[in-house]
Amino acid sequence: MARLYTEDHEWIELEGEVATVGITDYAQGQLGDIVFVEVPDTGAELTKGGDAAVVESVKAASDVYSPVSGTVTEGNAALEEDPALVNSDPEGEGWFFKLTVSDTGELDGLMDAKAYAAFVDGL
Amino acid sequence: MSETVAQDEVEERAPEALPLDAWNRARGARMVPFAGYEMPIQYEGIVAEHNWTRSSASLFDVSHMGQLSVSGDAAVLALEALLPGDIAGLGEGQMRYSMLLDEQGGILDDLIVTHAGPHYALVVNGAMKWDDIAHLREHLPDEVTLTHQDEQALFALQGPLAATALEAIVPGVSELTFMTAGLFDWGGVPLWTSRSGYTGEDGYEISVPAELADRLADALLSDTRVKPAGLGARDSLRLEAGLPLYGHDLTTETDPVSAGLLFALSKNRRQSGGWMGHDAVAQVLANGPATKRIGLSLEGRLPAREGAEVFAGAEKVGTVTSGGFSPTLGHPIAMAYVSAAHAAPDTPLEIEVRGKRLPAQVVKVPFVPHRYHRKGAA
Repeated sequence: MARLYTEDHEWIELEGEVATVGITDYAQGQLGDIVFVEVPDTGAELTKGGDAAVVESVKAASDVYSPVSGTVTEGNAALEEDPALVNSDPEGEGWFFKLTVSDTGELDGLMDAKAYAAFVDGL
Repeated sequence: MSETVAQDEVEERAPEALPLDAWNRARGARMVPFAGYEMPIQYEGIVAEHNWTRSSASLFDVSHMGQLSVSGDAAVLALEALLPGDIAGLGEGQMRYSMLLDEQGGILDDLIVTHAGPHYALVVNGAMKWDDIAHLREHLPDEVTLTHQDEQALFALQGPLAATALEAIVPGVSELTFMTAGLFDWGGVPLWTSRSGYTGEDGYEISVPAELADRLADALLSDTRVKPAGLGARDSLRLEAGLPLYGHDLTTETDPVSAGLLFALSKNRRQSGGWMGHDAVAQVLANGPATKRIGLSLEGRLPAREGAEVFAGAEKVGTVTSGGFSPTLGHPIAMAYVSAAHAAPDTPLEIEVRGKRLPAQVVKVPFVPHRYHRKGAA
């Protein structure tokens, strides 16, 4: 399934029942140098739009929200050692967490890549 | 994703453009509202700019700061009634770090005062300058003239290569030593230049007529040793240098003794008094401060930021006033006010961040040694 985007600059990609979530290249550019990422624990229950992770840049701490509700199956352990992965490869190696999606209907209304690019251009 | 720690203050009116606004944007600066102005927070990136400042030289646009002048025969006495430092003892071209205090000894702002020959020059914080001007107007006698030099831009050129870079276009500035200033010639333009700054590095602050600011910035940037740096790097640099930031580490709730700024209370004036806030500050001096501003060094990578609570075991003993990740040291550092009993270097404390207790140790500041060009040094 194609990757989808939120207005809060998270991306989500569903494969089967498990979705991977991260922040967009635009978001990492806005944050600047990332020094720490706090990903959710495995088993954590997330709600759509609720706090899911925290990303700390040199200048500030920012919340990352979950694009959908679900149960976390894995946080990206690589970010603990190398948080700068979010800067260098935000939509690849710098993913934040995976979760099982409780209601795929919640994906409706998220933007596709083209719509997100237009959204960012308007900011 | 959203920033939970946003800009310093909620802006009440639309931020104004500073003289270098177009120049900054053309250089790729990300502009943010700060102190009532659109200010560059970064160009290339905070860490890159931070490291460049520590290894070469960076140009900071600090035109938001208030450049004031106080003149008249009574100027020195009038300033001594408001500032706790030895102002009368400043020779021409000498500068001193000082503070405006309220009657309770609380810090209204911190500033640099310079004996600039015909007048005394004050450089005050951008976010506080209107309050400072009001305070000065209220308390300076009528025969003393206060001028806001708002037609001047201000640059800070900071870093180990600042002196050679500036000397190349403004001859003579390398003769200055830390905390001295003078008038120098830049191709026919007189520039008031001081060897000072707020990064812990050697460097200069240069006052330039606003209409010439672009030209001077271009001249400095044409030297490959110099790159522009923004407010973000300025903040991480001053934090490493252990230098307090007004509105965060210094407020009216803090006093010079608790803030560890005893060097700004000149010995003769601690005794003589005659400055606003002296009674209150003398009491803190006599009894010792209840809390002290300290440095904290953290392990790992998770920064503790302003507002985080500091604990000794179960007991809350203080609050972080500035904190972040130190690019130079590679771990987080913070400044905090803690109760005096827990302020000694090497004291193990904990800082609470999002429900987690992070181990932290009290350390002497600066976190990164200062490299000022002091008189008598090589």
